[in-house]
Amino acid sequence: MNCEITNLSAGELAKAIAEGQTTSTAATLAYLDAIEKFDPQLQAFNEVYADRAMKCAAEADAKISAGQNAGPLGGVPIAIKDNLCTTWGHTTCSSRYLENFCAPYTATVVERLENAGAVILGKTNLDEFAMGSSTENSGFHVSRNPWDVRKVPGGSSGGSAAAVAGRLCAAALGSDTGGSIRQPASLCGIVGCKPTYGRISRYGLVAFGSSLDQIGPMTRTVRDAALLTQVMAGHDGHDATSLPNAVPDYAAAMNTPVKNPKIGLPREFYTDALGGEVRQSIEKAIEVYKSLGAEFVDVSLPHSRIDMDAAGNLSSYAVACYYIVCTAECSSNLARFDGVHYGYRTRQNVSDIVELYCKSRAESLGDEVKRRIMLGNYALSSGYYDAYYNKALKVRRLIADDFSAAFRQCDVLLCPTSPTTAFRFGEKSANPIEMYMADIYTISLNLAGLPGMSLPCGLDSQGMPIGMQLIGPVLSEASLFGIAEMYEKAAKFDAKPAMLQ
Amino acid sequence: MPAEITTDIVRHIGQLSRIELTDAEVETFAKQLGDVLKYFDKLNELDTDGVQPMAHAVELVNVLADDVVSPGLTVEQALANAPAREGNFYKVPKVLGDAS
Repeated sequence: MNCEITNLSAGELAKAIAEGQTTSTAATLAYLDAIEKFDPQLQAFNEVYADRAMKCAAEADAKISAGQNAGPLGGVPIAIKDNLCTTWGHTTCSSRYLENFCAPYTATVVERLENAGAVILGKTNLDEFAMGSSTENSGFHVSRNPWDVRKVPGGSSGGSAAAVAGRLCAAALGSDTGGSIRQPASLCGIVGCKPTYGRISRYGLVAFGSSLDQIGPMTRTVRDAALLTQVMAGHDGHDATSLPNAVPDYAAAMNTPVKNPKIGLPREFYTDALGGEVRQSIEKAIEVYKSLGAEFVDVSLPHSRIDMDAAGNLSSYAVACYYIVCTAECSSNLARFDGVHYGYRTRQNVSDIVELYCKSRAESLGDEVKRRIMLGNYALSSGYYDAYYNKALKVRRLIADDFSAAFRQCDVLLCPTSPTTAFRFGEKSANPIEMYMADIYTISLNLAGLPGMSLPCGLDSQGMPIGMQLIGPVLSEASLFGIAEMYEKAAKFDAKPAMLQ
Repeated sequence: MPAEITTDIVRHIGQLSRIELTDAEVETFAKQLGDVLKYFDKLNELDTDGVQPMAHAVELVNVLADDVVSPGLTVEQALANAPAREGNFYKVPKVLGDAS
């Protein structure tokens, strides 16, 4: 029964609990057992709230026994990324700086999940402050890919991706600043959705790049991604950038998806830089869509063009633009970690407060975080502001305008999520720029604020998942989910990591 | 565009960033930051004359909140994570230099 429960989607589990076929207590126990069995290998979690989860499960079960509605996620065990604040447990961002931090308030998304009946199982590992693509930048430990534990799960939401793929939770939350939901979803063979910027409140998400960050679901089905987005989306007075637009009924919209969708293929994404098995898998997905009546159009995103030099190194204007914008924003956001108000403080003797700042930050932050703070401060410093930051903001406009033009010709864009499948630990961690290229297909969406999702579309010859990305115009989640599910139903990707068999 | 990232520049950025750096870190970061900044120069291939900078993905303007009192953190909540406190204050080493 345990295995049956942990193989259900979040929506199926909610239904089974509501109809009395199982209970939230049984489901929560099944997932806690799975965590005990598999997490020592996967190391997906930073913290598990077993007692609290069992208490919440019992409350959900009591509601259902009393004939009440336990909510759309009634009794469903869900994991959250450890950069979401909760008044229980710790909120660490996988940083030594916040190792013992207890947040004084709970993120809006977590409140909304709990109000919808979800049982929060625990918090998942990430690259420190969500800066990275492999979880190798975590201040605590790496997480491992359930498809091959010698390989990375992607990042920064790598713990959430490993937990969902490894059946350690029914669904999870991630956050995506440049691809941190979609890239790990791709590498772990699950669905990951970054909604439109502002669709979901960021209140209680520890800020990295405030104009780019967005919370989203990581699930095993498109329908679950829609269900979680439904529960979390909508205006929140605590986040001035959250959008006031009404939230459509995603499930209803998915039941009548766009007929014969027009799908754009950005020619700058299909250059020689896209090769091998990823390309073959994407081409197969295109064939599946064609058989479903989709029409394909050639579109152009010149400022997101992906180039490859003779040595095989990838490059893109969008990556350069993104790393100026996100490092500038992070240098400002992370200035709050000062060793004064909360978090780590140096134990060395210091002569003044500046030395206290410098030592506290030096001793507790990891190398990638230091690099990004320094890059951002450099790009914003006197004399370089125009050359870097202002230039990047102008390129950002060009990138966004390209997308607007493309969407005049089609409903969605289709491309890979990641240029490669999961790589081995250590393979890219020595060279920051090489690691930055992991997000080469995903980052322009964050710059433009667009919704995008990754869904599994095959395995490579080593049995590692390949993901495809669908991109829609602003606030097009309803049609995006419909078009994604159309493929999911036809392609029937049902492979599972060997460790689960 | 700026010249090479020297170790002096890295020390200066470290100071701006309030991060103490060891000599070994200064060497490593000089190389790494230099590589990334060189990569940023790729944007100079693009003509951006007359392009309006885009600071935000969704350009909401004048987001106003009703002027009503809502609960905030209590003093105890605000100080609960303080590395050092004295009474109702965060405790820090001296901020201003010696007069002498």
